[in-house]
Amino acid sequence: MKRTVKLTINGTVYERDIEPRTLLVHFLRDELGLTGTHIGCDTSQCGACTVSVNGQSLKSCTAFAVQLGGADVMTIEGLAPEGELDPIQMGFWEQHGLQCGYCTPGMIMQTRQLLDRNPNPSEAEIRRGIEGNLCRCTGYQNIIKAVQWAAQHAKQADTAIPTANAPEVDASELVKMP
Amino acid sequence: MAPNAMIGSPIKRREDPRLITGHATYTDDMTPAGTVYLHMVRSPHGHANIKSINVDAAHKIPGVLAIFTGDEMKKEVGPLAAVSVGGHPIPDHFSIASGKVRCLGEIVAAVVADSRYHARDAAELVEVDYEPLPAIIDMEKAYKGESGLVHDSIPNNLAATLEFGNDVTDAFKNAEIVVEQRYVNQRMAPNPIENRVVLAQFRTGDESLLITTSTQIPHILRTLLSGVLSIPEHLIRVVAPEVGGGFGCKLNIYAEEVIACYAAKKLGKPVKWTETRSEGMVATIHGRDQIDYIRIAATKDGMITGLDITAYCNMGAYLQLLSSSIPVLCGVICNGAYAMPAVHFKALCIYTNTTPTDAYRGAGRPEATYMIERLVTLLAHRLGMDPMELRRKNFIKDFPYASPLGLMFDSGNYATAMDKAMEIFGYDEMRKMQADALKEGRYIGIGQSTYVEVCGLGPGQGMTTARGYECATIRAELTGKVTVFTGISPHGQGQETSFAQIVADNFGIPMEDVIIKHGDTENTPYGMGTYGSRGTAVGGGALMLAVDSIKEKAKKIAAFQLEANAEDIVFEDGKFSVSGTPSRSITFQEVCLKAYVDPKMAPVIEPGLEATRYFEPGNFVFPFGTHLCATEIDADTGDVKILKYIAVDDCGNQINPMLVAGQVHGGLTQGIAQALFEEVVYDENGQLISGTLMDYTVPTASELPFYTLDHTTTPSPSNPLGVKGIGEAGTIASTPCVVNAVVDALRPFNIDDIQMPLRPEKLWKIIHQGTQNGNGHGAAQSVVQQHFGDDNK
Amino acid sequence: MIPSAFDYYTPASLDEALQLLAEHGDDAKVLAGGHSLIPAMRLRLAQPEKIIDISGLRQSLSYIKEENGVIKIGAMTTHYQIESSDLLKSKAPILPEAAGVIGDVQVRNWGTVGGSLVHADPSSDLPAVAMALGAELVLQSTRGERVEKIDNFFTGILETSIEPDELLTEIRIPTPTGKKTSYQKLANKASHYSVVGAAAVVGMDGGKISDVKVAFSGLAEMPMRFESLEKALIGQAGDDASLNTACAGFASGVDALEDLHGSQEYRRAMAEVYAKRAIKAAISNN
Repeated sequence: MKRTVKLTINGTVYERDIEPRTLLVHFLRDELGLTGTHIGCDTSQCGACTVSVNGQSLKSCTAFAVQLGGADVMTIEGLAPEGELDPIQMGFWEQHGLQCGYCTPGMIMQTRQLLDRNPNPSEAEIRRGIEGNLCRCTGYQNIIKAVQWAAQHAKQADTAIPTANAPEVDASELVKMP
Repeated sequence: MAPNAMIGSPIKRREDPRLITGHATYTDDMTPAGTVYLHMVRSPHGHANIKSINVDAAHKIPGVLAIFTGDEMKKEVGPLAAVSVGGHPIPDHFSIASGKVRCLGEIVAAVVADSRYHARDAAELVEVDYEPLPAIIDMEKAYKGESGLVHDSIPNNLAATLEFGNDVTDAFKNAEIVVEQRYVNQRMAPNPIENRVVLAQFRTGDESLLITTSTQIPHILRTLLSGVLSIPEHLIRVVAPEVGGGFGCKLNIYAEEVIACYAAKKLGKPVKWTETRSEGMVATIHGRDQIDYIRIAATKDGMITGLDITAYCNMGAYLQLLSSSIPVLCGVICNGAYAMPAVHFKALCIYTNTTPTDAYRGAGRPEATYMIERLVTLLAHRLGMDPMELRRKNFIKDFPYASPLGLMFDSGNYATAMDKAMEIFGYDEMRKMQADALKEGRYIGIGQSTYVEVCGLGPGQGMTTARGYECATIRAELTGKVTVFTGISPHGQGQETSFAQIVADNFGIPMEDVIIKHGDTENTPYGMGTYGSRGTAVGGGALMLAVDSIKEKAKKIAAFQLEANAEDIVFEDGKFSVSGTPSRSITFQEVCLKAYVDPKMAPVIEPGLEATRYFEPGNFVFPFGTHLCATEIDADTGDVKILKYIAVDDCGNQINPMLVAGQVHGGLTQGIAQALFEEVVYDENGQLISGTLMDYTVPTASELPFYTLDHTTTPSPSNPLGVKGIGEAGTIASTPCVVNAVVDALRPFNIDDIQMPLRPEKLWKIIHQGTQNGNGHGAAQSVVQQHFGDDNK
Repeated sequence: MIPSAFDYYTPASLDEALQLLAEHGDDAKVLAGGHSLIPAMRLRLAQPEKIIDISGLRQSLSYIKEENGVIKIGAMTTHYQIESSDLLKSKAPILPEAAGVIGDVQVRNWGTVGGSLVHADPSSDLPAVAMALGAELVLQSTRGERVEKIDNFFTGILETSIEPDELLTEIRIPTPTGKKTSYQKLANKASHYSVVGAAAVVGMDGGKISDVKVAFSGLAEMPMRFESLEKALIGQAGDDASLNTACAGFASGVDALEDLHGSQEYRRAMAEVYAKRAIKAAISNN
C-alpha cells in the first residue's frame, strides 16, 4: 500500500507515492536522483548518509521518508548555491580533508550541525562532534583541520569556487603539527 | 610558472570540487533506464552440503525476473580466476556454489527483480535445504588434518608451501642468544566506506558488455572476465568510476561481478548489485590472518646473525585472485631494515571454512614488519640494550643491498630517519618521564618501528607470474592542452592532481591545461591499476617516458619550424629554442598547433603529437622510516591512550607533500586500528561474531591521536621521478609501534607479548591477574618451544 | 538494509494512537524517533506487520518541565533536547550528562527518551540513569492510565512490563534536589553503547553518604541496582579507601552479559570500577 509523502528538499517541494518502508536515503537517491547522499553501512554507524532535517542532522538510513512528511530537508547538493561553495566545503578542500570522497558529503553535513551549535569547537569537541561519521582514508586529522578552517572562515563572504590555479597551502603546516 | 615549481608543491586537489558538492558519480549513483536489481542468497553455514534449493515461493514476489543457481550457471560460466604461485593447484571456485558451501556467506542463489526492495523480499523466500558439516576454522588444526578437509582433493588443507632464503642451521647452532615467539596477525576486514557495487549492461546486437564496478584494476578485471565469461576481451569495457576506497579489497575478480554480467546477458537489462556493509563483512575478502613462529639468533652484543620463520597463512575457503601471493610479499621482506647473513622463511598456506583472504593495505609487509619489529625489541630487552641502539647496530647501511631473500634494497638512510624521529619525539626525556610515571603507578610505554617495506609493483623480473609495468598515453591536443591517459586507477590517492603537476612542469604549461583520465578500459592503455603503492612509482615512470617521447617529437617539429637541427633544440620554460640563440623560439602550444595543421610538414613529420609508453621498472622501491609512540594504560580498565605519535617517513622525492601526508595519516590509522581495535572473529562453527560495524570497530575520530609527521628524502634509483610508494607505509609501520609501546608499558608484569587487538580486557587481565594465558593473550612459551624443538639449544 | 513491508498508521492524536494500539497492539510496533526500531528492521531482526507512527504526537509528547518537585519529560523528547535542557542542567544534571554520551550526535538528535526506555536495550544509557533517579513511567491505554515504578519496568533483554496496548507518554522524576549525581561509562568503541555504565545519585550529610542509588547499564540483562552496594556506601565519606571497601565484590554474583567487548568477569570488575568513578565524580560535581 503506497503512501503519499511531501517533503521540501533543498528548497524544492517533492511529492511522491512510495511504500511506507522506503528509507529516506533510498527516497533521496533512488526516487529523486539526489545521489550526493551516500550509504556506507546498515547499522547506523557510518554517517555517510547524514542530511539535515529541520536543522537537525539525521542519518537518512534511519528514518522512513513517510515519517518526515512536511519536513525541510537539506542534502549536500543544497548546501551552497550551484557554482559556489560553503566555507565547510572550502575547508575540506583547503585542508585535504578527503581522499576517496565517499564519506565526505555526510561528514560535511555533520560538520554543519557541529558548527551551528558550536562555532568555535576545540579539537576534542570536533572529534566528539563527528563521532557518528566514519572515514577510512584520512585518519580524521585533516578533517579536523578542515572543520577548524571552516570555523575560522565561516563569516567570510567570498565563497565562489576559485577557478584555474588552486591556491596553495603551506606544506610545513601540513606535515609538522605541534 | 617556472619549471619544476609544481612538483614538490602541496597543491590542492582538483578531484575535490565534485566530491565536496555531491556531484561525483560512484557506481551506485548510476541507474540507466530499465535497471534491475540483484540480491544474493548466501549460506548461513560455514560448511554444508546443499541438498536442494526451492525457488517457487520467491518467484511469486511481484517484479521477480530471474533466480539463478549454481548448477545452472556452471554450465555456461567458468570458475573465478586466481593466481597460482609456482604452480600449486587452484580448486574450482564458482560464482554460485553448487553442491557444497565452504564458508559463511557463500552465494547459493541470485535473485533479480525490478527493485532493490523486491529482490530483497524474494531472496528471503528462497528455500535452501542444507546438511551442515563440521566447520574447519583453526588453521593449525586444519593443517594437522584434525578437523577434516575443506576441499576433498587437497590433503592437510595445504594450498601451497612457499619458501625463501638460505640455510639458518649454523646461525642458530652458533648463536649466543636465541629469542623465539609466536605472533598472531589477526584477520581484518578492509571496510572501504563505499561497499562494492557492480552495474553490468549487455548490448544485444554487437554482443558487447559494459561493466561499471568499484574496482582498483579495470584492465586486469576485463581480461579475467573475458576468460570466465567466455566473452572476447575486446567486446568488454570495464569502467571504474569514482571509487570510494579500496585498500586492496577491490583488487580482485568477484563472484558478484561475474553474476551481474551473466544476468545482464540473460535478461538484456542493466543489472545492478549493491553490497550492504554486513554482507561485505563476509562477501568481500579479508586481510592478514597469519600465525608466525619466529626465532632470531644474535651475539651477546646485539648483532643479528639469523632469522627463521614458519608462517601459517589462512587462505580461507578458496583462493581469490592473490590469496597465495600475499605470503610472498611477507616472506621476501621479513628481515626488515636489518642486515643479516642467514634468513629462512616458510609459509604454509591453509584452507579453512572462512571468507578468502587477499590483499589488505600493506599485504604481506605488515605481517613481516610486525614480527621483525616486535622481535627485535624483545631481543633488545633480553640483552638489556636500548631497542633503538640494537636497531642502529643492525641497520642495512650500504646500498644497494642484496638480501638473502633475493631482494635488492634500492636506497636508504635508516639511521638518519631514526635520529630525526628520536629528536622530535624527545626520546631520552620520554624515557625519563616513563620511569617517573611508573613510580606513581602509571603505566606508560614507548614503542618503536624502524620499518622498511617493498613496493612499487612491480619490476617484471621481480614478479612471480606476470610482468609488472604501467602505461601512459599523453596526447598534446591541437590547442596546446594536454590529455593524459593512465593505466593506474586511483580511488582517493589524488593522481588527477599529482600527475597533472608532473606533466605541467615538464611541458612548462599551466596545470589547468592538463587533464588526467583513468579507470576506463575503452580509453586508457593496458595498465595494472592502483595497489601496492605503485601509482606514482610505476605509473609516474610511464608518464615520464611518455613525456620524453612527446618532447622528442616536439623538438623535431620545433627544429623544422625554426629551420634548425633537432639536436640543437633546447626546451626550457615552455619554449623550444635553438641552442645559443634563445630569440629563435617557439612555444609548446605553437608546436602543438603546427603538429596537427602545418601542411609544410606533410612530407617530413607524421601529424599529431601523442605518445604511449610502458614503464617496467628494474627494481622495486623501498620506503622506510622510524615511528615512535607513547601510550598510557588505564590500570583500572586496561584502556589504551596514545599520548604521542611521531612518524618520520622517507618515500624519496615527494610530488605533492600534502597528498603524502594524507596517505600517511590514513595508513597510520589503519595500522593503529589493527593494533588496538579491529578483528574478524569466527566462532568454532564458522559463524561471524564480528559481523557488523556494531562489533567490528572501525575507529572514529574520538579514538585517535593527532599525528606529528616529518620526513627525510632519499630518492629511489628505480624510477625516473626518484619516488617511493607511500600508500601503505603508515599501515605497515604503525601496528608494531603501538603494540611495542603497550608491551613496554606492561613490562613490570613480565610479559613479552599480547595478542592483537589490544582490547582493554586483555590488558586489564595482565595488570590484575598477571596472566597472559587464555582469552587471546600471548601464547604459552611451551607452544613455541614445541614448534622449534631443541635444535637451537 | 531493506525492511520488510508493513501496514502504516499515523494517528493524529493520543486517543487515536491508543485506539490503534488497542486494536493492533499485538502485531504492531510504535515508531517514535525510530533509532532503535529501524536499525532492527533494516537487518530484519524485527519484522512488525504494523507500524504506528506517533510523529503526529511530537508536539504534545515533547516537553521538559518541573511541577511540585517532579520533573516531567514527554516520551518523545529527544536525547539532544535532554542534553541541551537548561532546566535539567540545573535541576537534574545527570540527565544531560548521560544523554550527551548516547550514540553520536545524529542519534541524539532523533532518538527519544521514551523509545530508549521501552526498547529496553540493556546496554542503553538512559534506562540505568532513570533507575538511579527513581523514575516513574506513565503508561496510557484505552483502559486508562497507570504509573509504573522504574524498578518494576524492565523484565529482561528488550523486555518490559508494558502491555501491547499501552503507550509510554511521560517519564516522572522526583527532582534530585541537593543530590550529587554522575553517569560514567566504558563505551563499546564500535557501537558506542555501554560495556558498563554506572549512574550514581548520592545524598551527602555531614560529609558522609546518607542515601544513594547506583544503577548499571551494560552489566546484565536489564539495568540493575545492588542493595548490598548501596547499603555499604551509607555512612562512607566517599574517599578512595572507603569506596574501595564499599564497592568490593558487590557484582561478583551477577549473571553478567558477555561479548567481544567484555567477558562476564571483566564486566563485573568494571561495574566496581565505574561505580567508584561515578560516585567520586558525583561527589566532586555539583
